[in-house]
Amino acid sequence: MNYIKNIIIGIYRLMQGMYITMLNFIRPKVTEQYPENRGKVFPHERMRGQLIMPHNENNQHKCTACGICMTNCPNGTIQVISKKETDEETGKEKKVLDKYLYDLGSCTFCALCTMTCPQDAIEWSTNFEHAMYTRSKLVERLNKKGSSLIKK
Amino acid sequence: MFDFGVVTNWIDLFLRSNMSENMALFVEFVLVGFAILAVYAVLALLLIYIERKVCAFFQCRIGPNRVGPWGLIQSVADMVKILLKELIKIDRADPVLFRIASFLVIIASICTFGAIPFDPALHAVDFNIGIFYLLAVSSLGVVGILLAGWSSNNKYTMIGAMRSGAQLISYELSCGLSLMTIVILSGTMQLSEIVNQQSEMWFLFKGHIPALIAFVIYLIASHAETNRGPFDLPEAESELTAGYHTEYSGIQFGFFYLAEYLNMFIVAAIAATVFLGGWMPLHIPGWEGFNGIMDKIPPFIWFFGKTFFCVFLALWIRWSFPRLRIDQLLHLEWKILMPLALINILLMALCVI
Repeated sequence: MNYIKNIIIGIYRLMQGMYITMLNFIRPKVTEQYPENRGKVFPHERMRGQLIMPHNENNQHKCTACGICMTNCPNGTIQVISKKETDEETGKEKKVLDKYLYDLGSCTFCALCTMTCPQDAIEWSTNFEHAMYTRSKLVERLNKKGSSLIKK
Repeated sequence: MFDFGVVTNWIDLFLRSNMSENMALFVEFVLVGFAILAVYAVLALLLIYIERKVCAFFQCRIGPNRVGPWGLIQSVADMVKILLKELIKIDRADPVLFRIASFLVIIASICTFGAIPFDPALHAVDFNIGIFYLLAVSSLGVVGILLAGWSSNNKYTMIGAMRSGAQLISYELSCGLSLMTIVILSGTMQLSEIVNQQSEMWFLFKGHIPALIAFVIYLIASHAETNRGPFDLPEAESELTAGYHTEYSGIQFGFFYLAEYLNMFIVAAIAATVFLGGWMPLHIPGWEGFNGIMDKIPPFIWFFGKTFFCVFLALWIRWSFPRLRIDQLLHLEWKILMPLALINILLMALCVI
């Protein structure tokens, strides 16, 4: 009796499995076909694609060249190179940003830099098309030429 | 109702009017051989494409979609690749047996393929012992698999071949027994006669419960015979790399691959012919108008529709269930399916009386 019961339970369980795979079969597929849907499907806005430094219309950014991002970066992806400049109002020497170098090739997208930035000067963009022919092109300068700090 | 009788009769008349009787017969034999080989190859490509696509859909993927529209030419590209590959010589393998094995497997499957009734007029081999012939020829493939495992000089192929031998020979039993149930019902082994007898109703419905049980047993046993799905122990890639065809490369591997997919088609075709009426349209006694509409659909569409339905069932099972262990596999056959099939034969005999 137990033998027949086992067979019937077994068949029922197999049917359950087949029901679930059939549900998967008719479910709409989530695969994105990348080059075809390029520009049509946008990645999630919280996706970490690339580090950027937003500039306003006067070519000004928020970075004070404090270097916290550089010290927090676990693998030396960020290099903050600063220079001394005399302030026009007070006449004192002040540290300002010269070059903000970001090496995409060694970045692990851990986001420790954006989390610790006291000025919110850097953030993530969702651009993910990073392919280059040489490694050296992956090193980017994030602040634009001639840009300066936003005056408060 | 269109069938290929128009085409075959025209070729026959044309040949006979242009040459002597024997010559015409000879040319027809050659033509039939070519046609079977061509359909065999095309079906294999189609089946590989279907398999990959259906498998992908079961896993929530899209599957091949780059080569041609919807990836339709993907399997052609794969075939070209496999034809261009090198045939690697195995160190200290038995060269003769190693070569013969792949041919044996594919010859067995082509011989079976020839006996399938695709259409009233497309039926190359129609013996009066059709089902017996099918069973006998399809089990020749075991010899090829055993030889492949033995001659490769590799322990994995050997284990794979031995497992395959045990599996194929034991599942052949319940496979044959379930087909015998239908032979009892129809009283003939000739495939064309079996199909003709289903003109009123398919054997699946005509044979009451025994036919239904036989159909289920046949589906399970034949699925195990194709070495696929939850019964793919001979290949068991996590244990035996690729089982009996580990050492094969290039077109020799292609033969095994082709034979595997075509065996899937062949067992589905036999299931469709014996249980689901082959090329015979769906007829319900008493519903004349309905039967008339069903007759409008050409028989080869009926045949391929039913066969691909069975193929889809096989794929569904394959991508649903995990692989069995070898003792569970033999337990299923010898302690469940075989007794069930034997009792089922008795039941059918009682039904017929």
